[in-house]
Amino acid sequence: MKQTLLSLSNLTKQFDGKKVLDSLDLDILDGEFITLLGPSGCGKTTLLRMMAGFEHPDDGTITLGGQDLTHTPPEHRPLNTVFQNYALFPHMSVFDNVAYGLKMEKRPKDEINQRVEEALAMVQLEDFARRKPHQLSGGQQQRVAIARAVVKRPKLLLLDEPLSALDYKLRRTMQVELKRLQRELGITFVFVTHDQEEALSMSDRVVVLKDGVIQQLGTPREVYERPANLFTARFVGETNLFPGQVDRANGDDTVTVDVFGLKRTFRKPDFELREGQQLHVLLRPEDIRVLAPDEADGVAGKVVERNYKGSTLDSVIHLDDGTEVLASEFFDEDDPAFDYRLGEPVRVSWVDGWEWLLPEEAATFQEEASVDA
Amino acid sequence: MSRWLPRGYLAIVYGLLYAPIIVLVVFSFNDSRTGYEWGGLSWRWYESLFNNRAMVEAMWNSLWLALSAATVSTLIGALTALALHRYRFRGKKVLNGMLFVVMMSPEIVLAISLLALFLLVGLQLGYVSLLLAHVTFCLPFVVITVMARLSGFDERLPEAARDLGANDFTMTRTVLIPVIMPALLAGWLLGFTLSLDDVVVSTFVSGPSYEILPLRIYSMVRVGLKPEVNALGTLLLVFSLVMLMLSQWILTRSKQ
Amino acid sequence: MRSALQQPFKTAVLVLVWGWLLFLVFTPNLLVVGASVMTRDPGSFIALPFSLDAYRQLLNPLYLEVFLHSLYMAAMTTLCCLLIGYPFAWALSKVPKQRQMLLIFLLIVPFWTNSLVRTYALKLILATNGLLNNALLGLGVIEEPVRLLYTEGAVIIGLVYLLLPFMILPLYSVFDDLREDYLRASHDLGAGRWPTFIHVIVPLTLPGVLAGIMLVLLPAMGLFFVPDILGGSRNLLVGNVIKNQFLDARNWPFGAAASILLTLAMAFLMFAHKLSKKRLGEDGV
Repeated sequence: MKQTLLSLSNLTKQFDGKKVLDSLDLDILDGEFITLLGPSGCGKTTLLRMMAGFEHPDDGTITLGGQDLTHTPPEHRPLNTVFQNYALFPHMSVFDNVAYGLKMEKRPKDEINQRVEEALAMVQLEDFARRKPHQLSGGQQQRVAIARAVVKRPKLLLLDEPLSALDYKLRRTMQVELKRLQRELGITFVFVTHDQEEALSMSDRVVVLKDGVIQQLGTPREVYERPANLFTARFVGETNLFPGQVDRANGDDTVTVDVFGLKRTFRKPDFELREGQQLHVLLRPEDIRVLAPDEADGVAGKVVERNYKGSTLDSVIHLDDGTEVLASEFFDEDDPAFDYRLGEPVRVSWVDGWEWLLPEEAATFQEEASVDA
Repeated sequence: MSRWLPRGYLAIVYGLLYAPIIVLVVFSFNDSRTGYEWGGLSWRWYESLFNNRAMVEAMWNSLWLALSAATVSTLIGALTALALHRYRFRGKKVLNGMLFVVMMSPEIVLAISLLALFLLVGLQLGYVSLLLAHVTFCLPFVVITVMARLSGFDERLPEAARDLGANDFTMTRTVLIPVIMPALLAGWLLGFTLSLDDVVVSTFVSGPSYEILPLRIYSMVRVGLKPEVNALGTLLLVFSLVMLMLSQWILTRSKQ
Repeated sequence: MRSALQQPFKTAVLVLVWGWLLFLVFTPNLLVVGASVMTRDPGSFIALPFSLDAYRQLLNPLYLEVFLHSLYMAAMTTLCCLLIGYPFAWALSKVPKQRQMLLIFLLIVPFWTNSLVRTYALKLILATNGLLNNALLGLGVIEEPVRLLYTEGAVIIGLVYLLLPFMILPLYSVFDDLREDYLRASHDLGAGRWPTFIHVIVPLTLPGVLAGIMLVLLPAMGLFFVPDILGGSRNLLVGNVIKNQFLDARNWPFGAAASILLTLAMAFLMFAHKLSKKRLGEDGV
C-alpha cells in the first residue's frame, strides 16, 4: 500500500463570487502518476496552482508528509512545476535555466555543474547547454523545462498541460518519455490535462473534475469502464447512452431492463432500483455489434456515416426512432470486404454484461454543452 | 505605375530633410565669418565653442539635467508600468488617460502650468524645477515603452522563478529586470534625448542660476547668425546619432 | 502574484506615481484654469476678483487676428505635411521590408537631433544672402535676392520641416497594416484605381491621417521658437502669444485663457481620433 504524500483537505476557492473549488478533498500517493482531468474552467489549473503556491485557498489545508504547506510561499515548497508553454527564462542559456533552482539553493559550483549535466543528459540535451531557449524546437524546450524542474529533486512534480503546445506525433513521444522519467526518478507526478486520451494512457489514477468538484477518482480503467456519473461517462471517451426502464429485478444479481423495446438482462448495479425506474444504459462504441438486417437480434437502423480509421471502422447509425449510435469495429481478418454503404439497413446489438448502468440524473441537459471542451 | 516614381519621390523628400543638416555640418568647418560663403576649412568655431566658458558650463548643465531626468523618469516610469501591468486597482483607467493626456498636451500648456505651480509653492527656478518638469514630460514615454515590452512578457516567468526557489526580490533581480532591460534602456535614451532637446518647457521653468544648452542656443540664434552654433549643432548631431545607434543596437540584439 | 507581501510595494508605487501626477499635472492645470478666470495684477501676476475678462480679451480683434493667422499657418503646415507625408508613407510601405527599417531609422534621426539647431540650419538656407538665394542667383533664375526669411512662408517651411516625421509615422503604420488583398478584392469587385482609393484606401488610412493631424496641428500652434527664428514679429503663433503674456507682458489670466483654448483644441482632436478608430472597430486609445 502506497503512503499518502500530499493531502488536500476541504479546499475551497472563489473568484469574483464564483466557486472554482468546492470543499475538495484529495490524497495523492507517494510515487504515483495522477492526472487531473476536466474541461476548461473545471478548476484543475487552480488546484495545481494551489499545490505550487501561486494561489491560496479561501478555506482548507494542504499538507505534505504531515507538514502544513497551506500558507508556505512557492519558493519554500519542496515541489516544482513544469509550466504550460514552458516559461523558460529567455535571457538565460539552457544551462543557466536548469541551474537556476540550484543557485537559489546556494549549492556549490561543482555540484551545480554536475547535477545540471546529469539532468540534461537525462533529457538527452547534453549538447545544447550553451543554447538560448529560442534556438530550440518546441520539444527541446519542453525537455529543458522538465530538466529544470526535476534537477531540484522535488518530492512532487506538477505538470500544467505540458504537452498542449506540441503537435500530435511529438506529444505521443513525450508521453512515453514522461512515463519513463517518472518510473526512473520515482517522483510523484501530478499532471493536468483536458485530453482524456492522454489521461487514460499515462496515469496510475485519474481525477475527473467538474465545477470544482471531483466527479470520480479511479484508475483509467475504472473511469472508462465504470464511470460514476453521466458527466464522466460523456467526458471520458465516446459514449452511447440508451434510455432504459427497469422491468424487474431478478433474484440472481441481475436485472431485466427494457431498451428500445428489447428485454435485456444486465448485471445489477450498485444503486437502488425500483420497478419502472428510468436509467441510462452506457455502451462504448467498441461494445456495439452491427448485424445484418435479416438477423433477429437487435434494433433496426441505417448507416449514416462511416469513417475508415485504419485498424477500426467507425460508423454512425441512426435507429428508426432517431437515436444516434456510434459503433467502432475491428477489421475482421477473414472478411477483407468488410464495409458499409451509406444508407445500408443494419441491426444494432451488443453483448449483455458489457454495459454499464447509470441512474437518471436531474438537470443533465446543461452539462452536455460543457462537455465538448 | 513605375516603381521608380515612388522611389524618386522618397529620395527627394529625404534629400530635403537632410539638406539643412548637411549644410550645417559643412558650414561648421567654414572659416568665413559671414557664414554664407565658403572661406576654407577651419576648426576655429569648435575652438571658440570650447573657449566659451559659459557655453561649456551650459553643456555640462544640460548633460547633467538630461542624465538625471532620464534616470528619474525611467525609475518612476518603469515602476508605474509594472504597477499598471501587474495590479488591478481603482483609477487605473484614469491613470492611463492622464499619462496619455500629458503625452499629447502641447508642451507650452505643460510649461505655463508648471511655472504657475513653481511660483505658487515658491520653488526657486533652477535645476530642481527643470528636473521636475523634464521628468514629467518624459514619464509617459517611458511608461509606454516599458508597457509595450511587458505586454509581450510571459506571466509564467516570475512564477517559474518563485517555483524554483527565488523570493520576490531575487525574482525581480534575476528575471524581471533582465527581461525588460532593453525597454528600460530604450526608455532612458528617449527621455535623455527629449530632455536634451527641450526648448519650450525649459524656457519657462529655468532660472538664471542654471543655464542649459537649448536656452543658450536659443538666445544665440534669435538674432543673426552665429557660426559657433554650426559647430555645436554638428556635435549634438553626432552625439544623438551615437545614442540612437546604441539604442537600435540594443533593441535588435534583444529581439533575437 | 497577489500575495500580501507585495502590497507595500504596490502601495508605494501607486502613491509615488499618483502623487507625481496630482502634484505636477493635475494641480498645475487647475491653477491655469483658476488663473484664467482671475484679474491681472502687476505684483503677484493674478488677483481677485474673478472675471471673464481674459476670455473676452481673446475676442479682441487684435488678438483674434493673431489667433486666426496662427491657426491658418498651423493648418497650412498640417496640410503640407499631409500632402507630402501621405504619398511618402505609401511609397515607404511598398519598399522591401529590409530597407524599410533603414528608411524609418533615417526618418527619425532628425527627430533625435536638437530642433533648435535644425531650425537655425534652415535660416542658413533661407536668408536673403543665404544659400538658396545665392544658388538661384548663380543659376540666373532670379536677378535680385528674394526675401524668404521673416515671412509667413518661412514659418510654415520651418514647422513642416520639424513636424513632418510626426505625420509620416502614424500614416506609415496604417499603410503597413493595409493588406494587399483588400486592394485586390476591390479590383476584383470591379472598382478601378480611383474608386478603390476613395472607398477603400482613404477610409482605412483615416485613423492614421487623424493621428498625424493631431500630432502636427497642436505643436504647430505652440512651437514659439520657430517664428522667433524664422518669422520675425509679424508671424506669431498662439504659443508666442502665451509665452509673451507669461514672460513679458505679465498678463497671466490672458495667457492662461489662450492656453485653455489650445487644450480644448487638443481635446477635440483626440475625440475625433478616437471616434474614427471606433468606426473601424478598433479599441480607442
